[in-house]
Amino acid sequence: MASEKNGTLRTAPAGQGTNTHSRTYLAWLAFAEDKAALFSLVFLLIVALMAAFAPYVSPHDPYEAVNSLRNAPPGSGDFLLGADSNGRDILTRLIYGGRISLVVGFAPTFLAMVISLVLGLTAGYFGGWIDQAIMRTLDVLFAFPLVLLAIAIAGMLNPGVDTEIVAITVVLVPYISRIVRTSTISVTAQPYIEAARAGGAGQWAIVSRYVLPNMISPVIVYTTTLVGLMIVVASGLSFLGLGVQAPAADWGSMVSEGRVVLRKAPHVTVFPGLLIVAVSLAFNYIGDGLRDALDPKAIRR
Amino acid sequence: MAEPILQVQGLRTHFTTRQGVIKAVDGLSFNLEAGKTLCIVGESGSGKTVSSLSIMRLVDLPGRIVEGQILYRDTDLLKLDEAEMEKIRGDRIGMVFQDPMASLNPAFRIGDQIAEGILIHQEVDKAEARKRTLELLAQVGIPHPEARYGDYPHQFSGGMRQRVLIASAIACRPDILIADEPTTALDVTIQAQILKLLKEVQRNLNSAMILVTHDLGVVAAMADYVMVMYAGRMVEYADVETIFAQPRHPYTRGLLESLIRLEDTRETELAPIPGMPPDLSRLPAGCSFAPRCPAAIETCGARYPALQDISGGHQVACHLVADLAPAVDETVP
Amino acid sequence: MGRQIITRLAAVIPILFGVSIFIFMLMHLAPGDVTDALLGPMATGDAKEKLRKAMGLDRPLVFQYLTWMGNILQGDFGVSVHTKRAVSEVVLPRFGNTVILALASLLLALSVGFFVGMYAAAKSYSTFDRVSMSLTLMLGSTPPYWLALLLVLMFSLKLRWFPATGMTSILGDGGLMDIARHLVLPAIATAAAPAAIITRMVRSTMLEVLSQGYIRVARAKGVSQRAILWKHALRNALPPIATISGLQLGFLLGGALFTEVIFAWPGLGNQLYYSIVARDVVVVQAAVLVIALAFVLVNLAVDILNAFLDPRVRKV
Repeated sequence: MASEKNGTLRTAPAGQGTNTHSRTYLAWLAFAEDKAALFSLVFLLIVALMAAFAPYVSPHDPYEAVNSLRNAPPGSGDFLLGADSNGRDILTRLIYGGRISLVVGFAPTFLAMVISLVLGLTAGYFGGWIDQAIMRTLDVLFAFPLVLLAIAIAGMLNPGVDTEIVAITVVLVPYISRIVRTSTISVTAQPYIEAARAGGAGQWAIVSRYVLPNMISPVIVYTTTLVGLMIVVASGLSFLGLGVQAPAADWGSMVSEGRVVLRKAPHVTVFPGLLIVAVSLAFNYIGDGLRDALDPKAIRR
Repeated sequence: MAEPILQVQGLRTHFTTRQGVIKAVDGLSFNLEAGKTLCIVGESGSGKTVSSLSIMRLVDLPGRIVEGQILYRDTDLLKLDEAEMEKIRGDRIGMVFQDPMASLNPAFRIGDQIAEGILIHQEVDKAEARKRTLELLAQVGIPHPEARYGDYPHQFSGGMRQRVLIASAIACRPDILIADEPTTALDVTIQAQILKLLKEVQRNLNSAMILVTHDLGVVAAMADYVMVMYAGRMVEYADVETIFAQPRHPYTRGLLESLIRLEDTRETELAPIPGMPPDLSRLPAGCSFAPRCPAAIETCGARYPALQDISGGHQVACHLVADLAPAVDETVP
Repeated sequence: MGRQIITRLAAVIPILFGVSIFIFMLMHLAPGDVTDALLGPMATGDAKEKLRKAMGLDRPLVFQYLTWMGNILQGDFGVSVHTKRAVSEVVLPRFGNTVILALASLLLALSVGFFVGMYAAAKSYSTFDRVSMSLTLMLGSTPPYWLALLLVLMFSLKLRWFPATGMTSILGDGGLMDIARHLVLPAIATAAAPAAIITRMVRSTMLEVLSQGYIRVARAKGVSQRAILWKHALRNALPPIATISGLQLGFLLGGALFTEVIFAWPGLGNQLYYSIVARDVVVVQAAVLVIALAFVLVNLAVDILNAFLDPRVRKV
């Protein structure tokens, strides 16, 4: 009942008969038409599934070092992408590394989105001094260059995956909160919010049933495009040794390990970097595809 | 009849989109003489604006003029290269647009925006261009031109901005003035002033004017000739008296009836003609108006009616022209 | 106009105050103790306690903050826990080196981003546009440290065109040419991602402006395509371009940390990294503070510049 009400409200001018389900379906159709986005989605699913089932799909053990194969180039024996300076299979380590790299790119963005929804909705919906207090505090975080702030926070805590997640979450909150607040303000100004208020709906009901569903799309689009960037930032923290600790590795720390043997064995550095670029790029394409699918104003030629 | 200054022949402007080819203007022909005003009337999406932009060759991609001839004196504008067309725009043909709030560059002083056209087209120095701009500002009724020359657009009201834009459009004394719904965005009280000003400058320059509008009141006040457009095509064309006295196309009649109904002040129906304008990428096989036409017969759904001249330049595209002849026609000696 | 500037300046003061509190808190929330770093794991609790007292760490936090802030306002950033040198002596010259790298990179990113973006907007949906948009998307997704390593691999190790490291002292005897040679690769690596973002920004802003009504009016006046682009459109696209470019400086400073580490460029980012590793809190505090200050001031400058460009603000 509630969702049906929302659906008709949202599509008020175009009209009757559309419900939330068909809207989602239409958005999916528009998204599926974007070949780059669709391809990216498939690619990411494959990468994620391989990481999830790493023990079953990896050709080797990620920590098994074969001395004779140190720095072996791609195609040596059954080491498809070669071995690192310890003689470990790079492909296997990439698959296992995906577990950390994907999590440290995805988890903080999601966490930051949840925190930002609370902060941004509160600030945008209630306005006044609450708004001022929240936004002025976030302005302080805006004063720091994003990557440097993440490095400083991660650097001050004990290195590790959890540190990485905390650091990236903190630097993202001001950015997403600002978007949430802006969308909230524009949605709150709509006549149907006034109508809901006049109809006696409580604050919580208005926010959860009318404001949130109507402002979530731009926030999701924005957050998705951030995941790509955060994969890069997180890999940077690992590269600096502030994230995951050896012998475990993610893609960023694998690049760092390869640095020492850059001349002798460039593939150790090149492959993990390529994967970071590909995954980050895929998130960007998906973000673009989502934006076009969810935003009817963005008409492409 | 004087030699026409503008002759449009078989103009087709299409937009290629993912949804298919939208035939915004599909085979438009008309002539216009100096000193005369042609009003193009129709609902939004009927192709009136695209027609006027096509004459200026200002249709943006994905729109393209695919066919036709636009003769200004002896020059086919569609055969000119972009640089040659730039010499015509703003010099021989001036244009006033719909939304004065968006039509002035917010970053430049209004005087400079008018003078720019003069400096492009005429071999004068800056001082002379400034002098002429001040004269133009006075001519279009901007008080204290000297003081206002250096002001920015945000310091002007909508009506004043439209005056500035008219000044800019007539800066080089064009032979043809195109005005695309010049008063739609303005207050009712300002509308009459702007129309009066347009008429005045047209008379001074003896230029031909094309006035795009959906307001039949404006037509009655301004037009010498009227062209009614529907779904990218001309459905009726005549001088203004004929259009109001003896409309022959069912669509024109519908438009006029809605006007009369409104004047009755009895709020009967606000929607003038039942139904919606057709999707221009999926036009019906026959007459585009047939689905909404109260008088449609079987033929109407089968093929598009040819434009026929029924008397002294009165052109109508309708299969039922003969049947719908008004009674007054027969009584005229 | 003057009031606009004063309002903006005034808005910066509470932010800088907040920044200093945030940095101070961050360093105190950090697990472990400075004394561990100083005295090593073998130190007795007694010795640590003595040192804490000597450093004023037993005082209330508010007092510690005020002392720290007061000293900084007098130009005293404290003494490095690690090297025992005055932090200002370390941080300020290092900051100068970072400015050199940042300026070179910003110049590169701005000029590439601006011209490619302008051209892509002028020829929108052309092959050039499509290719440059794909390339910039890819470049924007490339980790700066990885790109730096690829550049080293290609141009230092294989082709031997440029040195990979060795920029020890800017004021050494190599002169300007030496600096330039050492600057090329780090500047490219640092500039790549910001250049990509600026390109896309310039393009989308220009397309947005080009779709405005006044552009059509200008064309109707007979203004040439070139003048439309470079005069009418650019003048209105400039403020948002300047704003984003200012924000890119933050991105660029982040990237610079990686390139400084990889190319051993003696900048503040490099210093920050090694101080983090050494847990030299005093230096980290100072370095982060200086960077944040620079970032805030640059964006303030862009803000004021935009106010000058906007007739609505200027004329009031």
